[in-house]
Amino acid sequence: MSQRKRASNTQSSQNKGSQRWEAVLGDDEDDPSFTQPSTSQVQKGLDRLTPAQVDLKTAEVVQFIFVKDQKKFPIRRADIVKHVVKEYRNIYPEIIKRVGCVFETVFGLKLVEIDSKNHVYILINKLEQGVTASLVFPSNPKTGLLFVILSIVFMKGGVVKESMVWNTLKKLRVDQGERHEIFGDVKKVVTDEFVRQRYLEYVRIPHTEPLEFEFRWGQRADMEVSKVKLLEFIGQVRHCRLPG
Amino acid sequence: MSRPLGESHKRFLQTMMVNGIIDGAKARALHRHCCETHGAHYAHDKLDEFIEVINAQLQPMFMQIRKGMSEEDGLQYHALVNMAETDVTRMSTDYADNELELFRKTMDLIVDSDNGTASSTDILNCADSLQTKKLKKRETEHVLNRLVQDKWLNEKNGDYSLSTRCIMEMEQYIRMLYQDQVKVCHICHNVALQCQMCENPTCGIKIHTPCVARYFKGRTDPRCPWYHDNVYRPPSSQSETQSAAKENTAPTPRSTAQTRRTRRS
Repeated sequence: MSQRKRASNTQSSQNKGSQRWEAVLGDDEDDPSFTQPSTSQVQKGLDRLTPAQVDLKTAEVVQFIFVKDQKKFPIRRADIVKHVVKEYRNIYPEIIKRVGCVFETVFGLKLVEIDSKNHVYILINKLEQGVTASLVFPSNPKTGLLFVILSIVFMKGGVVKESMVWNTLKKLRVDQGERHEIFGDVKKVVTDEFVRQRYLEYVRIPHTEPLEFEFRWGQRADMEVSKVKLLEFIGQVRHCRLPG
Repeated sequence: MSRPLGESHKRFLQTMMVNGIIDGAKARALHRHCCETHGAHYAHDKLDEFIEVINAQLQPMFMQIRKGMSEEDGLQYHALVNMAETDVTRMSTDYADNELELFRKTMDLIVDSDNGTASSTDILNCADSLQTKKLKKRETEHVLNRLVQDKWLNEKNGDYSLSTRCIMEMEQYIRMLYQDQVKVCHICHNVALQCQMCENPTCGIKIHTPCVARYFKGRTDPRCPWYHDNVYRPPSSQSETQSAAKENTAPTPRSTAQTRRTRRS
């Protein structure tokens, strides 16, 4: 990714046509401390701006979050403030409130702060994710893989040893030891990507020698995946004969 | 009309966000699927109104679901386009500087060409003389593959053209950047990259092949609308004519200063 400098602050607020995202995509080394402004500070800030300015800033934050959300990794408040909100930081609570509203009323998504200490957000889907629907209009093949794993964990009461997951996947011809045609490095997808996306938790089991890990549902799965729908999915899969 | 969105609208929008662009048939199927899933009132001929409701809410976010026509098959497509960033920096989240430079150069070649395509050989030559950072042959092929996968370019027999989504998203930018250099279709007034041209040198008007099919539907002797002595090539295959003529895909003609010019100079 390039390191080209962004257009100047004032320009990007007024000139909606020249957002440059290259410089903002890497996670920043500096973490500027940002103290949440008080309600009266926010009101004062709002009084000094036109509604159009606030609307434009809201739109920019929405776009920024969509870009950052592409990989489904959590989004840091610090990045939102540093790269988009900038001099409007005194009205940040109002902006983020409006942004949340836009996500819900227009896109059917919800901006959730999953870590109130480090101020990190994820964007979850409020619309029911019917499993069969995602087969009619397929978006991501990894969804199927994820659902299988979530099912295994669910059926085992919420936590399962990783060996059980690998054994089950092997029966479905997905082998963590081999490069998979669609998923590539399966182990990486499951233990790194799905975990970073907060779909799964991959936790060390204490006092195990050699080291063993277990899987649980992650925060995103808890919020996005309906257990009722998952049971339907399991029911459908059981009707098909599994190989081996 | 600024109606609040129902779940059916949101689901349609989410699918558009994932796919970027879908053809007319899929759009109609999706409309039906979304309405049925959420128990919303469904009328098969109300897709445009359905989309307008969504667009009213999208406008403050500088996004729109737009209709466009493919230069190749003449079919109608719906694409979710970003109005705020209408130049190539829109893609900068996914591509490095030199990859974007290659894309810009590819676009230059395509706009400059007679047939709206750029050969892989020509693109590879450009890769060798990039100002930012040169790309090797394999890297160039890799970038081109990604551009095709991300639906910015189409590839056929080693020749690359701008995808329908790309043209729809960047039409404003293309016109601004290339000005009079870029060809415009005489019938629908949209940008014309893959098109036919009147052979008469004093005329030289361009028409998209699907627009030719529509304009000359039913006529046995297609002659240039401007210079009547010149004959247009009918579309090469019968099915192409039929599919273009059947679909009611007339894109909204643009009313620009160019339509007021009587001859292309």
